[in-house]
Amino acid sequence: MSDIQWETVIGLEIHTQLKTKSKLFAGTDTTYGASPNSQVSLLEAAVPGTLPVFNEKVLRYAIRFGLAVGAKVIAKESRFDRKNYFYPDSPKGYQITQLNHPIVEHGLLAIQGDDGKQKKIRINRAHIEEDAGKSVHDKYAEFSGIDLNRCGTPLIEIVSEPDLSSAKEAVAYMKEIHTIVTHLGICDGNMQEGSFRCDANVSIRPKGQQKLGTRTELKNINSFRFVEKAINLEVKRQIKVIESGQKVVQETRLYDADKHETRSMRSKEEANDYRYFPDPDLLPVHIDQAYIDNEKQFIPEFPAAKIQRYVEDLGIKTDDANTIANGKELSLFFDDTVALLKQAKAISVANMLLGEYSALLKAKDTGFESQPIKASQLSGLLDELALGNISHKISKVVLEKLWNSDLTATTIIKQEGLAQVSDSSELEAIVKDLISKNQSQFQEYKEGNMKMFNFFVGQVMKGTKGRANPAQVKSILEKL
Amino acid sequence: MEFKGIKQTAKALANKDISVQELHDMYLQRQKKHAGDLNCFINDTSALAKNQIQVAQKRINDNQSSLLTGIPLVHKDLFCTQDIHTTCGSRMLENFVAPYDATIVKNLNNAGTVTMAKANMDEFAMGSSNENSYFGAVKNPWNHSRVPGGSSGGSAVAVAAGLVPIATGSDTGGSIRQPAALCGVTGIKPTYGRASRYGMVAFASSLDQAGVFARSAQDCAYVLSDMCEFDNKDSTSAQVEKEDFSVSLGQSIKGLKVGVIPEWMDSLPESIKLTTEKSIQKLVDLGAELIEINLPTAHLAVSAYYVIAPAECSSNLSRFDGIRYGHKCENPLDLNDLYVRSRTEGFGEEVKRRIMVGTWALSAGFYDAYYRKAQKIRRLISEDFANAFDKVDIIAGPVAPEVAFEFNAKKDPVSMYKEDIYTIPSSLAGLPCLSMPIGLVDDLPVGLQLIGNKLQEAKILNVAHQYQQDTTFHKLVAEGYHE
Repeated sequence: MSDIQWETVIGLEIHTQLKTKSKLFAGTDTTYGASPNSQVSLLEAAVPGTLPVFNEKVLRYAIRFGLAVGAKVIAKESRFDRKNYFYPDSPKGYQITQLNHPIVEHGLLAIQGDDGKQKKIRINRAHIEEDAGKSVHDKYAEFSGIDLNRCGTPLIEIVSEPDLSSAKEAVAYMKEIHTIVTHLGICDGNMQEGSFRCDANVSIRPKGQQKLGTRTELKNINSFRFVEKAINLEVKRQIKVIESGQKVVQETRLYDADKHETRSMRSKEEANDYRYFPDPDLLPVHIDQAYIDNEKQFIPEFPAAKIQRYVEDLGIKTDDANTIANGKELSLFFDDTVALLKQAKAISVANMLLGEYSALLKAKDTGFESQPIKASQLSGLLDELALGNISHKISKVVLEKLWNSDLTATTIIKQEGLAQVSDSSELEAIVKDLISKNQSQFQEYKEGNMKMFNFFVGQVMKGTKGRANPAQVKSILEKL
Repeated sequence: MEFKGIKQTAKALANKDISVQELHDMYLQRQKKHAGDLNCFINDTSALAKNQIQVAQKRINDNQSSLLTGIPLVHKDLFCTQDIHTTCGSRMLENFVAPYDATIVKNLNNAGTVTMAKANMDEFAMGSSNENSYFGAVKNPWNHSRVPGGSSGGSAVAVAAGLVPIATGSDTGGSIRQPAALCGVTGIKPTYGRASRYGMVAFASSLDQAGVFARSAQDCAYVLSDMCEFDNKDSTSAQVEKEDFSVSLGQSIKGLKVGVIPEWMDSLPESIKLTTEKSIQKLVDLGAELIEINLPTAHLAVSAYYVIAPAECSSNLSRFDGIRYGHKCENPLDLNDLYVRSRTEGFGEEVKRRIMVGTWALSAGFYDAYYRKAQKIRRLISEDFANAFDKVDIIAGPVAPEVAFEFNAKKDPVSMYKEDIYTIPSSLAGLPCLSMPIGLVDDLPVGLQLIGNKLQEAKILNVAHQYQQDTTFHKLVAEGYHE
């Protein structure tokens, strides 16, 4: 039996919480972490007579996602359906979602496949729906708690085709979606807080077989690591089941990270009949092309395209380009700074940002988003350096002085007298003075001791507090 | 008691011929005398009324009043009223106190009305006889052994018995028009979307519409004008300018094209048919022109309605789960037991029947055969009406196939559902429609239904007003209720 080669087929459903201020159908605050049930309006508590009113921001965000994945369809008429089921964290007894008229259909996303080549993953659809509240089962002995703060938070559920062939590919795909939604700024991407989580549909089939095997659905996995582990576990389990002559049962399974296992939650037979039907409280949303086109301005350049541009156009090392492009704030700052350069090269920005600037951020225990220095200040500093107005060493000093300051690099250099001394007569005087004070060392230098050459250069730099142009000092010494 | 219209009463209030308190007390006396027997009220709102009386009187004294300032009314008990019980006639909500006012309640409060009670109704607005209330059946003032119609029976009875001059109601498939007809008052259901549904406990969201009962079309026009306005809290609210429906009252109906549906007329019992024909003849006497029309799909309306309305209700009533508010069973064993017993105990038979019918109609494998087909019929009926309104200005016809019937006369649900055979088509099409009294048959009131095209409430109200200017049927009061 075990000589059969198995092929894994995976499709992901990614739940992306949208970063809107208010909920999908009410003005209620969506901030994470508030005390239980403090962000619940009458609507989310399903008080009789309340009605949903669609938050337009959600529509805009969903359209942006569609544009970002090159969706063939962004619905001109978007409708909402009710998915009916009873559960205490869903007080209305139904979830408002989009079954038949999803806002986005047929997108495409490139990932790196297991063979190292680019692989295009088809996105079947992305639809808008509301999140449920949370059930708290472990806090009270006699009953379960319900926190409705999350109830009604807008989500888009992004459903891939079963195009993924391994846990690794699934993770790569999930990471790529994560990058897109965070760069779009429509989701904070915080997986610990549940802003970005996924269900995985997993099946196996003998290699080469066309027909899909029976799939199981792994529910609510909220980290990249767990996605990989859960899928690998489930694939192993399915192989074992089939190879022992049994059949995989279509069911929903839960991944338990502590016990390192997946276990059955409910079978297909126990599955709810959700009795979907169009929500009569909400009218269809009509979207014209101009509305969609208007959202295009909010689609940023994504990391993959950035990396290519950095490497090919700006001559930045691939590793550095990767690092910069993948940091959303970092790449924005980089691009802004580069755009302002007059003299310096882009590579100097990359070196500064990944070198001294990062070191300083780390030392001060802060991040790029704190923006202690403006792009114009940094570009000014790098231009001064490129022009030779300051030494590399002094540039670090200026960088520190720019920190949380409104001054330009040029002003600081002027005010603090940090400009490089390049006046040869001034430097000559300094060198001559040093020689007169250090006759024996000068004699050794004359006799060819190069150590003494470095001694003099060092002394000049010390005497000018690093402001002397080292190259010029050298040429003066050589002439003497 | 002599019937006085709102305009007359407002004038008396403005002239200080009567105070708001005195007006209120006059109705309170009548309520004390009759309401218990008729069982038309559920909840006491006297604390609210006390405050509203003062506010209204002050507005009148300060010349800040409008037509409805100081006018007593009752709200059907499915409109949420802040800090006051809102039961929907159900054990499920027996102890539910709404934390907010429905938009139409707020609008009428702002106009200065005085809320005297919440009106009894069929549970969750499901029924055509008011026998489905957890708080007991409402009696018809014309004959206490007869039903008042439903579901807004309490509201219709309150106006018919002269316990209040006006009352709010709701109409999903005929719940204003049929009780208005059976109790001999005027009742209007506006265009779907005209009155906000915010704060009206939902039965079937795509059909539910708030409306008004009064003694005349003119009073209906006044109340409806203050009640209706675009509401951004209701996504299905019609985005139209606020309208004063009383402005066109008084226009001649000369040349008005009135559509009559021969099949409907022919299906009526002879006595009701004659009365109906007579009232339509009156419209002709007033200058209207009759045009025969047909609505080819309308005979399927009741069947389609009893798929769509239960389907929506099965979902809308899911929130009554015994957890956050409403009836909760004693000592539930587990979550499922809590759901099952709370709902089994909290809902009455008809509500449970419709939840089950609706759940079934939406189930996998049945959706296409029932729900989708019903929606198709609904579209076809709307088209039938659209075609008819190419030829006519309004449609006139029966409201109910019979006069008020005996309690327990309709034990078979389908025979009860057929009570709405003439009211459901216009509900499915979302059209404005009213019922007005046109005489008595067997000493019981008969109504005429006027159906208008979308947003043409003013037109049907004016036709009814013209009729009432020339007749006195709307002034008839049941024996025993003159005092």
